[in-house]
Amino acid sequence: MRAPTALSASPSYVRDAAEPRLTERALTDLSAGLQRWRLAGALARLDIRNRYRGSVLGPFWMTASMAVMIAGIGLLYSTLFKMTLREYLPWLAVSLLVWTTINQIVVDACGSFIGSEGVIRQMPLPYTVHVLRFVFRNAIVAAHSLPLILVVFIVCGVFPGPEAILAIPGLALLAVNAFAVGLFLGMVCARFRDIPQIVTSVMQLFFFLSPVLWKPELLGPSQAWLPLNPFFAMMETVRGPLVEGGAPPIIWVAALAYSALACTVALAFFIRFRGRIAFWV
Amino acid sequence: MPHIEADRLSIEFPLYHVAARSLKKRLMARAAMRLKEDASHRIVVAALRELSFRIEPGERVALVGNNGAGKTTLLRTLAGIYEPVGGRLEVAGRIGSLIDPAAGMDMESTGRENIVLRGLFLGLSEAECEAMADEAGRFSGLGEFLDVPVRTYSAGMSVRLSFAAATLMAPEILLMDEWFLAGDADFMARANERLEQLVVGADILVLATHDLTIVRKWCTRAIRLNGGRIEADGPVAEVVGA
Repeated sequence: MRAPTALSASPSYVRDAAEPRLTERALTDLSAGLQRWRLAGALARLDIRNRYRGSVLGPFWMTASMAVMIAGIGLLYSTLFKMTLREYLPWLAVSLLVWTTINQIVVDACGSFIGSEGVIRQMPLPYTVHVLRFVFRNAIVAAHSLPLILVVFIVCGVFPGPEAILAIPGLALLAVNAFAVGLFLGMVCARFRDIPQIVTSVMQLFFFLSPVLWKPELLGPSQAWLPLNPFFAMMETVRGPLVEGGAPPIIWVAALAYSALACTVALAFFIRFRGRIAFWV
Repeated sequence: MPHIEADRLSIEFPLYHVAARSLKKRLMARAAMRLKEDASHRIVVAALRELSFRIEPGERVALVGNNGAGKTTLLRTLAGIYEPVGGRLEVAGRIGSLIDPAAGMDMESTGRENIVLRGLFLGLSEAECEAMADEAGRFSGLGEFLDVPVRTYSAGMSVRLSFAAATLMAPEILLMDEWFLAGDADFMARANERLEQLVVGADILVLATHDLTIVRKWCTRAIRLNGGRIEADGPVAEVVGA
């Protein structure tokens, strides 16, 4: 037997209901949770493995189904929109893959705490570990489908310029938002079990409201309103650099503003309701 | 110095997914004991009600009482899982909890992977976890089954694995529920030795159990819980009888 280097619970703690120090405890939780990234990573890998247990292709089923979807929709919509396949397909591939990633993140966020119920009730861990687990899980999923973008670029012989590097901060921003959404929706959905259904329907609506299949130019002058759609702003920070020669500054401003808002709301909720999570799940 | 101090500690479980309205009517009619309505009109179960006690280093405390008296809830609260809704709780010392054998187990993973996972839950590095897996593997006596998914284990085998994984620590405060006393006799002989090592090594033991033989053998003090309140607190002989 050996003494663990760092235990899950801090060596000493005081819980005083009359003096809860909510903010301090929430921030400690956040930093302790981020330090436990190894655990979160291991749990995320397990999640993926268990989801595809016994399947031959495993998570590559996502890659395969996305490839088929891009080919099918690409053929149909390039005809509908009267564009050449070479012109439409790279754009569609990036749109569809980035949208699927965002959609997956938002829908899965509802289960960030409910899915860890067994662990939450048995072990004193920082709650943010479960959120980090959810972020890693989705990062693994995204890593199985996003490389398709490169394949489509090669097939179509279209390559983005050096500004493509800006897609990386775009993806980083997406990860930060995933964490905020996982924290916020995770708590709300643990408390109110109807929210996941609502979230799924809302995301379906936004798929059609956002320029995923259609290009924003089709809106004409009304496209000035598009940055009001947070999903559009988030999507464009990745899509812009890859297929449109960079995203306009307004997109970055909007995306940063939405991220700041998401983080503030999530943190405020976490500070206020952190102590209730164990009772909710 | 490791110690535990609780001052008017209260835990309430909100009942979220029940029809509160009809329940409220019934509450009014029956003047219920432990179900009540809190400040924001939720129906809550008063799981622990204003517990005050202090546990000093060297004390071996048994929590006794009927099912539903609040023993496990108290253990979990001490482990830091539930936040008190009232009162104050101070816990100083490295905590090791043996509350649920299956805690954090992944049924699809092998025994070895589960031990590594347990190590990660405890905050160990991956190298430490691997070393631990060998040690726990030997102790559990699972042999070749250690590399087979846990879902294929018999009940006895899972208890052995859980026990080996859960006792891989040297805590100052040991919180135990009675589950581990339910292994097969053959294994318990070996397990006993390790448990005793763990119990003796810890500065404080808090043990929830029904088994009075265990209480008399290991504990110096007993706290009898009833309906979420402390009914009796004192030396074992006084509380549970000789």
